[in-house]
Amino acid sequence: MALLASVAHALTPDQAAAIAIGDTDARIAALNRSAADADPELIPFVRALLDGEVKTADGKVYVVQGDKTAPDTAEDVINNNRMRGALEAALGALKLVSPDVQVRTEALDELRKQSLEEAQLPLIEKAYAAETDAALKARLELMRATILITATDPAKRLAAAQSLAGSSEPAVKSLIQERLAPGAETDNAVRGALMTAQAAVEGRLAWGERLGVVFTGVSLGSILLLVALGLAITYGLMGVINMAHGELMMIGAYATYLVQDLFRQVLPGLFDWYIVLAIPASFAVAALVGAVLERTVIRWLYGRPLETLLATWGISLVLMQGVRTLFGAQNVAVENPSWLSGGVQVMSNLILPYNRLAIIAFAFLVLGGVTLMINRTRLGLFVRGVTQNRRMAACVGINTARIDTYAFSLGAGIAGLAGCALSQVGNVGPDLGQSYIVDAFMVVVTGGVGQLAGTVYAALGLGLLNKFLEGFAGAVLAKIMVLVCIVVFIQKRPQGLFAMKGRSAEA
Amino acid sequence: MSAVMTTQTPPRSLLGAKGWAGVMAAVATVVVLVPILNLLVPEGSLFHLSDYAVSLIGKIMCYAICALAMDLIWGYTGILSLGHGLFFALGGYGMGMYLMRQIGRDGNYKSDLPDFMVFLDWKELPWAWTFSDSFVFQMALVVLVPGLLALVFGYFAFRSRIKGVYFSIITQAMTFAAMLLFFRNETGFGGNNGFTDFKRILDIPLAQPSTRMTLFVLTGLTLIGCYLLARWIVGSKYGRVLQAIRDAETRVMFTGYDPLAYKLSIWTFSAVMCGVAGALYVPQVGIINPGEMSAAASIEIAIWTAVGGRATLIGPILGAFFVNGAKSWFTQVFPEFWLYFLGALFIAVTLFLPRGIVGLFDKFSSAAKKETRA
Repeated sequence: MALLASVAHALTPDQAAAIAIGDTDARIAALNRSAADADPELIPFVRALLDGEVKTADGKVYVVQGDKTAPDTAEDVINNNRMRGALEAALGALKLVSPDVQVRTEALDELRKQSLEEAQLPLIEKAYAAETDAALKARLELMRATILITATDPAKRLAAAQSLAGSSEPAVKSLIQERLAPGAETDNAVRGALMTAQAAVEGRLAWGERLGVVFTGVSLGSILLLVALGLAITYGLMGVINMAHGELMMIGAYATYLVQDLFRQVLPGLFDWYIVLAIPASFAVAALVGAVLERTVIRWLYGRPLETLLATWGISLVLMQGVRTLFGAQNVAVENPSWLSGGVQVMSNLILPYNRLAIIAFAFLVLGGVTLMINRTRLGLFVRGVTQNRRMAACVGINTARIDTYAFSLGAGIAGLAGCALSQVGNVGPDLGQSYIVDAFMVVVTGGVGQLAGTVYAALGLGLLNKFLEGFAGAVLAKIMVLVCIVVFIQKRPQGLFAMKGRSAEA
Repeated sequence: MSAVMTTQTPPRSLLGAKGWAGVMAAVATVVVLVPILNLLVPEGSLFHLSDYAVSLIGKIMCYAICALAMDLIWGYTGILSLGHGLFFALGGYGMGMYLMRQIGRDGNYKSDLPDFMVFLDWKELPWAWTFSDSFVFQMALVVLVPGLLALVFGYFAFRSRIKGVYFSIITQAMTFAAMLLFFRNETGFGGNNGFTDFKRILDIPLAQPSTRMTLFVLTGLTLIGCYLLARWIVGSKYGRVLQAIRDAETRVMFTGYDPLAYKLSIWTFSAVMCGVAGALYVPQVGIINPGEMSAAASIEIAIWTAVGGRATLIGPILGAFFVNGAKSWFTQVFPEFWLYFLGALFIAVTLFLPRGIVGLFDKFSSAAKKETRA
């Protein structure tokens, strides 16, 4: 009997035929009947059905695999989408009773994504009874409850509602809401249990949401920090209003794009590591442009901040149009390295994307580097000296003009680093800088001029405040409210969070 | 106190004989020459002034009013505002609301409500539109909204002695916040499309040549009026205090003046001037949208003033004409080079021409005088 040899021995030919032949409703019923026995031998047959390797002829079923063949008259078994769904669900359910814990866990993950049907209940019951692992048993109980919540027996519904309270899935929350809708659940005891469950689930989900707000706030704060750090040097330490700061970021982002393109064409094998070269490249290119700007334009304008504002605005227009001429007005695509895509799932409704985590870490690394540079190196000492008393610094032999150039190109280079980071989370186009420049100035002004610590607090504070308000008011209103808050704050503390102490009558 | 002063120094006349002749010539050009060249001289004649040219000059004259306003606050008082684009746009929106109501049932949806409200499925006018069918009320708003906003904002900013670049940056933040607000559909001012498709003003069709010419003449007279008013302010004792604040604010304080009142009043006046310019601009150009509130628009006003020459009153008007004339020429002939030119202009003016075109002109004329003497 070729037939019996090709089909798993525990599955009778009649059962196999019932699953493979007939109309979809009957086949699904037969499938679930067989699956309810939780026979692991059913797995290969269901797989074969899903892979289109089953043929039928004259009421007999043939599995065509490897050297096994079917008569020439045999026809393919056609599975419509509903049948495929049922087959996949059955396959997942069958794995639930596998002796391997790993397979069972994977099966549960798979099953969670599908909507469960009443017909799968017997199998889940069986798996629940057989399950030995405590964590998996709890998850199975939840799954069982999501099915039983619509059972006809009020006692079963009550039990289901009580076990649903242990869930932290957004899907369960909406399921409970559905059941609590007028007319859905009539039994008062069950309604009460459902309400308790709803409160419990929502309480648990709320924690995920709160942590999510904190995370996106810190993430936005870290971006603001990167963007504002360069400004804190050029504006805070040197008193130069650099309206072209955003365009220096854009240059950093385009440098990243070029490095990425180079890797794609020359070293496709190392594509994942292009970022290692992109970081120094974006710093170097932006710093070079910054040095050129300082030497040609900005050095003539020291002490005239309003004029610097206009001149650097002009520079930003030229840089933007230059990039449009070179690369076109469209955004260019910067691809994340594969190790930066995806994220780590902390809670059922909280995923932390790797690229955001990387930017938070990167921002603090850059901050650490800048702090060390300003406080511990000779260049930093000179920069601080020139900031505090330019003429005295010149008297003791510091070449102040050169220090100006170095400090400005350091600020520009940090802008380039910010652009490199932004290329990983947003669009790279000629307008990239424009969208951040107002925010960056707000951070520096709020933080207080001349203090890196103020910039850090202001960046994180504004990021968190922005995301916190977004929860109530939506993105645009939140942004407006933050700007209004800053304007009001500046009225109260015109010097920002951390003021430079001085005795000058001029602020 | 001012009475005492005027007895001591006899009131200087506002302008010299040459100056009055210039003003008269400007009035004659706006009121007589341009209407004749545009309406009476037949098309195709060498002297015909096209409708395009008239609307372009009308637009630039609105800009020139803004540049004058900027000069009062920046050139004479030393406060660089990056919020004048907002005041201009608010004046424009005040006029735009009235023009939207004047469309009546001639919109695409044949409704009493403006089209964008029908599109958003609104059933009645939002509260801000309550009196928008009244011309007088909306014109009052054109003056009051920018004026009050400037008064409140300026009071708090100047009271906390925010000055210099700090002030520029927070005015930019204010403008940015307003732009975001106006971009929202729910704010009730047409979202990012703003207002357009105007049909008539005071029940007179806007497309009619005589209406357009009336608006042009009005704008020209307003510009000349603003110039004379600014001239009077600058020459008065009040104007001299403003310049003293610009040059040494602390010293002004130590001599017993309170700069707050001076700064606040000129700041508010300057904002109202921009609002009026915006209201004249909208019916001539036929559109107002939140793009007018972008940071770039406000900074451009500053560059018109700087190009023409700060702390001269004729300079900003020349600057507005020069920069915007160049803009319309470039955008027709070399559109991709316009931003290069504008950017270079920003840099060149700050580096080489701190006194703008007027300063350049003075330099040449004094050099010429020296040559004739020698």
